[in-house]
Amino acid sequence: MTTADATTEPPSAGRAGPTVAVDHMNVSYRVRGRDRLALKDVSFRIGSRESYGLVGESGSGKSTVALALTRYLPRNGRVSGGSIAINGKDPLAMRGAALRELRARTVSMVYQEPGRALNPSIRVGRQVAEVYELAGAPRAEALERARAMLAKVQIADPGGVMGRYPHQLSGGMAQRAVIAMALAAEPSLLILDEPTTALDATVEAEVLDLVSALREEFSTSVLFISHNLAVIAKMCDRVGVLYAGELVEEGPAADVFGSPRHPYTIGLLRCIPRRDQRKDHGRLDSIPGFLPPPGHTLPGCVFAPRCSIAEDRCREAPPPAFEIDPAHTSRCYRYDVAPDLPRSTPVNVSLPRPAGAPEPLARLANVSKTFTSRAGPVQALRLVDLDLHRGETLGLVGESGSGKTTLARVLLGLIPPDDGATVALGEQALPADVRRRTRDQLKSLQIVFQNPDSALNRRHTVRRLISRPLTKLARLSGERLRERVADLIRSVRMEQRHLALRPSQLSGGLKQRTAIARAFGAGPAVVVCDEPTSALDVSVQAAILNVLADLQSKEQATYLFISHDLGVVRYLSDRIAVLYLGRLMEVGPAERVFSGPHHPYTEALLSAVPSLNGTDSGRIKLSGEIPSAADPPGGCVFHTRCPRRLPTGECESAEPPLAEVEPGHLMRCHIPIERLQVLQGNGRQT
Amino acid sequence: MATYFLKRLALALVTLWLLSMIVFFAGQVLPGDPGRSILGPLAAPSAVAVLDHQLGVDKPLLSQYGSWISGLLHGNMGTSYQFRLPVEPFIQAALVNSVKLAALAFVIVVPLGILGGIIAALNVGRATDRIISVAGLSAATVPEFVSGIVVIIVFAVALKVLPVSASAGAGASAGSQLDHLILPAIPLILVLFGYIARMARAGMIEALDSDYARTATLKGLKRSVVIRRHLLRNALLPTITVIATQTGYLIGGLVVVETLFNYQGIGNLIYKAAQGKDFPMLEAGVLTIGVVYMVATLIADMLYTVLNPRLRLGGNA
Amino acid sequence: MTDIAAAPAAEVVVAHAGRSGELTSWRLLLRRPTFFVGALILLFWVVCALFSGAIEPHDPLAQQLLATNQAPSGAHWFGTDQLGRDMLSRVIAGSRTILLIAPLATLLGTVAGTAIGLLMGYLGGVVDILVSRIVEAVLALPLVIVAFLFVVALGPSPPVIIVVVGFVFTPLIARTVRSAVLVESQLDYLSSARLLGERALRIMFVEILPNVLPTILVEFTVRLGYAIFTVATLSFLGFGVQPPTPDWGAEIATNYGVLPAGYWWMTLFPALAIASLVIAINLVTDSIEQVLAS
Repeated sequence: MTTADATTEPPSAGRAGPTVAVDHMNVSYRVRGRDRLALKDVSFRIGSRESYGLVGESGSGKSTVALALTRYLPRNGRVSGGSIAINGKDPLAMRGAALRELRARTVSMVYQEPGRALNPSIRVGRQVAEVYELAGAPRAEALERARAMLAKVQIADPGGVMGRYPHQLSGGMAQRAVIAMALAAEPSLLILDEPTTALDATVEAEVLDLVSALREEFSTSVLFISHNLAVIAKMCDRVGVLYAGELVEEGPAADVFGSPRHPYTIGLLRCIPRRDQRKDHGRLDSIPGFLPPPGHTLPGCVFAPRCSIAEDRCREAPPPAFEIDPAHTSRCYRYDVAPDLPRSTPVNVSLPRPAGAPEPLARLANVSKTFTSRAGPVQALRLVDLDLHRGETLGLVGESGSGKTTLARVLLGLIPPDDGATVALGEQALPADVRRRTRDQLKSLQIVFQNPDSALNRRHTVRRLISRPLTKLARLSGERLRERVADLIRSVRMEQRHLALRPSQLSGGLKQRTAIARAFGAGPAVVVCDEPTSALDVSVQAAILNVLADLQSKEQATYLFISHDLGVVRYLSDRIAVLYLGRLMEVGPAERVFSGPHHPYTEALLSAVPSLNGTDSGRIKLSGEIPSAADPPGGCVFHTRCPRRLPTGECESAEPPLAEVEPGHLMRCHIPIERLQVLQGNGRQT
Repeated sequence: MATYFLKRLALALVTLWLLSMIVFFAGQVLPGDPGRSILGPLAAPSAVAVLDHQLGVDKPLLSQYGSWISGLLHGNMGTSYQFRLPVEPFIQAALVNSVKLAALAFVIVVPLGILGGIIAALNVGRATDRIISVAGLSAATVPEFVSGIVVIIVFAVALKVLPVSASAGAGASAGSQLDHLILPAIPLILVLFGYIARMARAGMIEALDSDYARTATLKGLKRSVVIRRHLLRNALLPTITVIATQTGYLIGGLVVVETLFNYQGIGNLIYKAAQGKDFPMLEAGVLTIGVVYMVATLIADMLYTVLNPRLRLGGNA
Repeated sequence: MTDIAAAPAAEVVVAHAGRSGELTSWRLLLRRPTFFVGALILLFWVVCALFSGAIEPHDPLAQQLLATNQAPSGAHWFGTDQLGRDMLSRVIAGSRTILLIAPLATLLGTVAGTAIGLLMGYLGGVVDILVSRIVEAVLALPLVIVAFLFVVALGPSPPVIIVVVGFVFTPLIARTVRSAVLVESQLDYLSSARLLGERALRIMFVEILPNVLPTILVEFTVRLGYAIFTVATLSFLGFGVQPPTPDWGAEIATNYGVLPAGYWWMTLFPALAIASLVIAINLVTDSIEQVLAS
């Protein structure tokens, strides 16, 4: 294998010249008087009509690439080396009119939060039309073309949307409008920076399909930036993997994800839960160590400190890009043995569960919750019944507006439910208000929140944060307190020296471990995990999931695990409950709910999640947007979007009861389970 | 939106009512016997008692408050102890004078402040910004009488280009009145400039850093167009409310400035009434400025709601 | 195999920054020219206030009826006033009242305002609505007017002025603290505290207060500037300390009548003294805000 120059040539290069050519680019930021390299020696090409994915976790510098290409780096940032060419022209040399021309005609960007990307005081129609006006069209014509464009991005009622303000649009609709604005200029390059991260799974799938279709139609090259490898695998022809500002591996998506040749890529792929992986067999692996601090000056390979096959030469000089195939390169001296990278966690572990008692440990019955809002009463939950069995993990899934977070907070007593609800632990009914609960009751129910920055008091030390539940609820002191703290620290794989630090001095993963240690401190029977890994990087997420699994077994706890990420839920859960607009649609053993036959909503949800294992077969398209909780549809609440809606009209008029269709498996659907089995294909795999 | 307005109006009335109570009962705490104040120290105690009875000051406090309020609602603000005349004409005349001075100050300071704040925001962190910010803040906290003195010394005594007194005399022309009002307006302008510039700056910085500013710039629009079309309306919205609250500081400043320049405005009236223990005048004057302030805030709130689409239309799809 | 076996380097670097972070804040502060100048002027006046007896060239109360209204000269750098008293001495001595009253009043207002703001922000509900209405009603009147009304009622002595000015600032500070508390209330650590069964009082003072402390600090320094403004204005209006105690505001009030006649030194120097003190405090406040923001 020869050492090639750092770039790989895309197939179309010969014909029209690449749309984007980045060569040995360095980008640095000036912080406190010192220059810090955010991107180092990055080179890649995007051919005409090609879709290129840039994958990386936080700190990789992937967004900086986009900012550099559009010349929108913050004041203290600059391209300190290398070159960029877009359609053959150098954006770094452009000033004034030429730069504006580039931005107006050649490059467009779509960002993560569509609601904020649109001007709150200008109507949506005007904002889209502005692009056409800039190209020279008179006002009336621009508005017409804007309306046509909005129709093209599959917005129903484009005329109505034209006259609305951004805050009146849902997330999905707003993102479509932003995409319309971006493509209106018919750019050569469309940059998408985490465009669907803030959207629900079903909406995300729609938007991604839209982007693919439009890309075909407009013949645009696409730079797709994301931390989500599955989405990149689905959307991109070629992929570059960024780690700590360096492009460590590059090539066709199928090759990079199918046969990766860099220890980081391999490690990353092992962190993502696949269909057949569970918490006790086929465990997720994690990547040991931490990202190097920004502005580091490591002499060798940037990944060497965390690499289990690193040798001396790796630490001495940075590896060049080795060519594995003409199109596939890896910056690793040991790329040939990389696929045999040893794991850092064992593949199978034993996680003994307590003997399941027949009676539920906790039950929620008749739980409804109505909020008052400007638009009128909003029913976040309606008559939900849920049981938790000792030692199990119950996964609670749903999109926004499903009510899953509200349900968790009702269980914990942080939100009072409507009258008639029962929240019970064992035989005891719990007071609806947490302030009225006894110490023992408080001990039994704890939570790990999604965002550790918000959940930990930033002025308290780790020691104080972990000790407080022990002193207040478990009444420990002195030697026993110290022992328990040490034990907890060990269980979450932290070190003694972390105890004196404050949250602001810790990484995201360490903060979440602190939160977990705190939750388990007093020995709770039930721990609610509310999206505990959603705010974390993929590699950190895997480690935290394993910590959660191990700790559950050690402490004999029960989990109510809430997540929008189905892969993560499947990895950890024994049973699954699916919520839609505050109604429980399905509850049952994880295997049954995932492989089917299952509720049509569950079916659509599962098909919306892109998988790494190649193309997904037969995606179920859901029509329309998620209805507003203030005005839920009558009959079966899912009927407005259900692709399997019965032609008899039953679904519109009557709400189906939650019925047991198999032992332990409940479903709320008019279609009998035998029919669903036929429709969905027996044992359909997703 | 109509319900919001009505709610806001109702709240304002409640606050107004609370205000009237505070003013009235605070006035009662001031030492001195009204009858004695009017008749003087040499009058006989029995005469004082008779007058007190006539004035109604020996009735229970609540009923005094009640008659005061009902009097107000009928347009009767009471009789001044100092002048033995109805209070309304004094208040009216004084209010007109103060409005002239305040209007002059406002007309100059609002555009100046907004411009200063925007320029500071466009140069954030650099020398221009720091100078405008620190100068603005300093000007806002230097007492009006201090800047008034300096201004008098420089322009009236040393350079002799402007008159010291604020009153042009009865029947003076508009130009001459303006001439006399410039010096007293300057301390007011200095104090208000700081607040308004600060708010405009903050609003502009937030707009400049926003995602929608980025979208507009990356569309290929010229910077001036981005600022004019996309940023200004969002940046200046919060400044509207601030301008209304400035009325409060303005009125406080009027007391000092009118005293210093010997101008018969409402601030001066209140001050003299307090010194002379003229409760009816004092209470009426204080209540009047309270009402003016609340009306200004109410208008600002309504304006803000009307101009902000999120509040005007509300609700998600 | 733990995932923190290798490379603890990142944590160590961060930890050091954290501990020495406290020191760097102070050092950053001292490096700024605005802070330096402001602090210097402030220091000068504090020294004047503390050691006025030693510094002043003449007795500020000594009247010399044969040397009235003298323009600045070698004998009297700031001239003499209508009673022949040395202006320089009176300006130096005048710093005492204002540097005693204003900080104490601000402190009082800050403590009271913080307590009320915490209660309003955390408890919300009826308490918040009721107190907000009262606060709004009080704020409808210019602070200066409210202040002098109370001083008229209770008599102008230093303790009264301190309490009145402090009281007048309390609603403003309460409002700011309340906003900061509301921001904190959105965060989950308060829910965590409730799940531990923590009582409301403890949550307010042990959980929330440390996090709003920076806001309170900035608020204190900003209000200090306004306190000086208010105290000086009260003195000017005649509601401050009474003569013959030297006081900048009173000085101006007594002597501005003769200004049209050309006697400018009796009012200019006290005015510049007030201005310099106020500007000094603003420079310090601005620096603190800049450092806290970075």
